[in-house]
Amino acid sequence: MISVKELRRTFGRIVAVDGISFDVAKGEVLGLLGPNGAGKSTAMKMIACFLKPDSGTASVCGYDIAKDPVSVKKSLGYLAENAPCYNEMTVGGLLNFICDARQIRGAKRKAALDRVVPMCSIESVYHQTVETLSKGYRRRVGLAGALIHDPDVLILDEPTDGLDPNQKHEVRKLINKMAAEKCIIISTHILEEVEAICSRTIIIARGKILVDSTPEKLKQKYNAGLNEVFRKITTTKKL
Amino acid sequence: MNGFMAVFKREFKAYFSTPLAYVFLVIFLFAAGYMMFSRGFYLMRQADMRTFFSNLPLLFAIMVPATAMRLWAEERRSGSIELLLTLPITVTQAVLGKFFAAWLFLAVALLLTIPVPITVCYLGDPDIGLIITGYIGSLFMAGGFLAIGSFFSAVTKNQVISLVLSAVVCGMFIIADMPTTQAYLSAFLPAGLVKAISQLSFQGHFDSIQRGVISFKDLAYFVLFIAGWVWANIIILDERKAS
Repeated sequence: MISVKELRRTFGRIVAVDGISFDVAKGEVLGLLGPNGAGKSTAMKMIACFLKPDSGTASVCGYDIAKDPVSVKKSLGYLAENAPCYNEMTVGGLLNFICDARQIRGAKRKAALDRVVPMCSIESVYHQTVETLSKGYRRRVGLAGALIHDPDVLILDEPTDGLDPNQKHEVRKLINKMAAEKCIIISTHILEEVEAICSRTIIIARGKILVDSTPEKLKQKYNAGLNEVFRKITTTKKL
Repeated sequence: MNGFMAVFKREFKAYFSTPLAYVFLVIFLFAAGYMMFSRGFYLMRQADMRTFFSNLPLLFAIMVPATAMRLWAEERRSGSIELLLTLPITVTQAVLGKFFAAWLFLAVALLLTIPVPITVCYLGDPDIGLIITGYIGSLFMAGGFLAIGSFFSAVTKNQVISLVLSAVVCGMFIIADMPTTQAYLSAFLPAGLVKAISQLSFQGHFDSIQRGVISFKDLAYFVLFIAGWVWANIIILDERKAS
């Protein structure tokens, strides 16, 4: 459902993403791993049509990101890093704005809100403004916004960053529940998370894909825990 | 509801969900009224709104950039632009939605000066047509300044820089046809260019609308002016949204 071909993006002299290619199918949860500045977020932003690639292309549900970005954005749920929101809006106002923009109306809107609000456990803050929320709640509001149109493809940039252990567990449970009928890419630094939810993992460093495998295979191959595998690959492997 | 309407609605509501709208309205209404009555309304002994409209360009040159400065700078600083532009909305729809929401807000501010024409009508027998064309001219002028402000708001993440840059540029479009400016420019520019610069000025076009003449030339000037800056806004935003 997602197909990425030779995607490349530079910022000035820095090459953020250097020709990465991969495909993700329905039912897969792909974990993007890599050190800070490896190009994970940049790659995700390009697939979500926020950034334009310098070269290469990608398609989501058959729509090309360069030729038909609006259709891509329609079929995609994207949670950006740090879950940016409009601070002066209430949670309800924000979700209604997203429904407006995604043209979810009437009974459908009510059904969508009734579905995502309990799913992300944000009932208690529904009438609060976003700026009064804690980090964990903000992220869950962002997640609710990304899920409101029940997209086939989800791209989540560090969805559990800043959450407490209980909330992390909840979000992981949520992702596991959706995994079967969606195609999900998440980026994370937390390797236990990869083991808990990802069916496949790609390790990126300096904009290049170093490894594309499953967590189990990696552990077998290096005969070590994922933490150690990650360190071995990102610090020693020649590019 | 398409993307344009969604952005338009959210943006217009956003003005009133922060103190910004109320602070702006109070200062604008006070200053507009004060400037009118302190600058010769009673001395002229004539029941019209000329003193009111003639002070508006200067007031707008400061107040309109203040309304526009948050449009994109705020969005980029807080990162919410990433939320906005990953919704199924094009950059054009987003820019137009925000622009028209801010313009409607300025129209509301102008509408709230309604006690001024009421006062004038109470004091004498003014030409209503002149008052209406004066308001039309003011609305177009506000739109022009707003287009400048919106552009500079997309140029920088810093709202103060955006305010200063756009106020300066707005000021330049006001003073372009003043005799002193013209005299200064004609010292080193060819006469044709000096004439062209004076034609680019807001003041002349605004004055002629305010005098009760809505000519195609003046309307075309404002429409093209606004379209040009908004178009530049779309391009610069598409280019710099992520940086």
